[in-house]
Amino acid sequence: MDFGPYLFLAVLEGTVTAAVLALTALGLSLVFGVMRIVNVAHGEFFMLGAVLAWWFSSMVSGSPAIGFLVAIVMAPLVVGAIAVLCERTVLKRINYDPEATIVATIGILYIIQQLALTFYGADARPVQAPVNFRVVFPWFGYSGYKLVVIAASAVLLLATWFVLTRTRFGLIMRATQFDSETAQAFAIPVDRVYAVVFAIGAMLAATAAVLIVPIQQAHYLMGGDPLLLSFIVVIIGGLGSIFGTVVAAIIIGISDGVISVFFTPTLAKILATLLVALVLVLRPQGLFGKTPR
Amino acid sequence: MAKSKKTLITPKRDLITRRSALKGIAAAGAAAAASTTAPGFVRYVQAQTSEPLKLGFQVHKTGIGAAYGRWYERVVNACVGEINANGGIAGRQVEIVSEDDGTDPKRGAEMIEKFATQHGVDIAFGTLFSHVVMGSAPRAGELKLPYYVVSEGYHVSSGALNRYTFQPGITDVRSQVSSMAPWVADKLGKKVTMIYPDYAFGHDHRDYFSEAMKKQGGEIVELIPIPPTETSYTKYFPKIPSSTEVLYHVMVGPGVLTFVKELGEHYGSNRPEIFGFIDSLEAVPIDSPGLEFLEGTYFWEGYPRYAQPDQTPYDKHYREVVGVNDEGASVNDPKDISTYSHMFGCWETLYIIKQAIEASGYKGPKDKAALIEATEAITDIPWDNQHPQGDKVFNGKMHQVFGHQNISQVANSKLDVVHRTSIEDGMYENDTDYSKMPL
Repeated sequence: MDFGPYLFLAVLEGTVTAAVLALTALGLSLVFGVMRIVNVAHGEFFMLGAVLAWWFSSMVSGSPAIGFLVAIVMAPLVVGAIAVLCERTVLKRINYDPEATIVATIGILYIIQQLALTFYGADARPVQAPVNFRVVFPWFGYSGYKLVVIAASAVLLLATWFVLTRTRFGLIMRATQFDSETAQAFAIPVDRVYAVVFAIGAMLAATAAVLIVPIQQAHYLMGGDPLLLSFIVVIIGGLGSIFGTVVAAIIIGISDGVISVFFTPTLAKILATLLVALVLVLRPQGLFGKTPR
Repeated sequence: MAKSKKTLITPKRDLITRRSALKGIAAAGAAAAASTTAPGFVRYVQAQTSEPLKLGFQVHKTGIGAAYGRWYERVVNACVGEINANGGIAGRQVEIVSEDDGTDPKRGAEMIEKFATQHGVDIAFGTLFSHVVMGSAPRAGELKLPYYVVSEGYHVSSGALNRYTFQPGITDVRSQVSSMAPWVADKLGKKVTMIYPDYAFGHDHRDYFSEAMKKQGGEIVELIPIPPTETSYTKYFPKIPSSTEVLYHVMVGPGVLTFVKELGEHYGSNRPEIFGFIDSLEAVPIDSPGLEFLEGTYFWEGYPRYAQPDQTPYDKHYREVVGVNDEGASVNDPKDISTYSHMFGCWETLYIIKQAIEASGYKGPKDKAALIEATEAITDIPWDNQHPQGDKVFNGKMHQVFGHQNISQVANSKLDVVHRTSIEDGMYENDTDYSKMPL
């Protein structure tokens, strides 16, 4: 294949990665930004989203599109409920203490993972794509559904941005992020905001997973990679900065696609990690993060 | 509150331990009394050898190998049930001590240690994933614990391991690919592109299939290694040269469906011949959405998943005892597909262990050396209920078994066997001779 089409393919692949990664990392970034906690179990919420998507779609008979629509509505809702449960029963009890939450969320990670193994099993199970068409470029064929994933992610990212910047709820969230004590003084129920934010973070990851699962099967160990990549993205983009998260996801996603096509996937990972190290040394607050006051 | 909790839980625990302790004491007392005072009960003198034979089963219950582990466990339980119902091994009942290694080499070595020192097993067996075998076997050698793996890696016969490690129930990758190559070159084409996972298992494929193809006058036009953690494959497909006549794939892990689906999207209906290893699709239904692309392509199968028209009574018996239907799925759940091409290895390994123990007169760990030598002395293995996959030849120097392989074609979302190789097709020579190593 010639260089041009090859590069085009690499960019397409990278964009799919970036789209899903942006959604997942945005969830992690929101939780960190507002609650100031590091959620190590974030990848497991992603996995749960995928596993539940399989469950819901296999319950619905008939057209795969209906099954998928049920999954993309229901799976994030259930994952959100589970996240609230974790938040109320674990994180709240330890007062969101930064060190304790890391250990606690590692525990949650293992509990969720093993429960998935027990009840869902060790198989990788496919979910049928809601639309099934092949886009034929002059040089190669490409999955139409992957283009749908890119579009859907973009819409969801815009929606999240809209909620955060243009609605009353977004204002409350931003206020809590800016200064939770003052927010509380202004009668913002910080406690409830935390629960909602934690749920939204998990739901974003779950939604990303439902989108990816027709491409990449649900498997109980699939939460590891998104977690690692989300951390990389959030650190590069700046903790708590939504714009930074999206930009970093695009950088990481596309560079991963292009570098692994033209060189090796290992090199792509090396460079991403190196970039994290550079950011931490030269600009610890991240590319778009604000210096803490 | 705390008090009531305590009374609820602890007495139960106490009862169990006390009861089991009492039982143990009573049994020991009875045995002692019988053997010393009552001459009519002399047969209790051999109580030590009538104890169950303990086999340590190293199983991938969690981690990347869990789908295989689940079926390995079912086969082992079914097989041990059959052995025990027929009087056990050398008159002793078999007890399986299973430990999860998490498909992790480090934990694998720890499990071997646990088997030897804590459980005091006679034999360890059952490991599949080659990196776990590589992690565990050296420890088994140091502890002098007979270790029977079911892994299909070339590591046993390559000479990399030790005198205590055997692979008597399943053939190795080198043998498998060497026996496939003549058929591939003859029927499908001589210009091959290989797609394989970038670690030991994939490298065995790369090295020995390339070698075997060259012998057939074939040519490997491109090698495409894929990192084991990869989840998306589209970006690798442009590397497949257009001169490719045969695409050879062997992929393992949760990404395989994606692999096939994306390959289908890349090629559409205009594809080269495709030859794959069923490892890509073990535990996966052939009629899964996205796998339509595989229709008409070929697979290596260690043991045909679908009952064939010429099914042997041995295969029928094996399916019945394990609980697998004619489509290779669990009889309880037709969606639960077995790892049919690998799991028979556990069954056959257990019967080899039985044969070796009975031939060596093994009574306990002090007879280990005799057990090792008896295993090495095995040569021809018949095709019967104990070895349902087919007849085999065991090479005592290499500690490796050789057998028949099958090539199947996907037709109507099923696998039909189109060729069965001879044992000789998969034979090769090397310098390995474990039998010269000290015991």
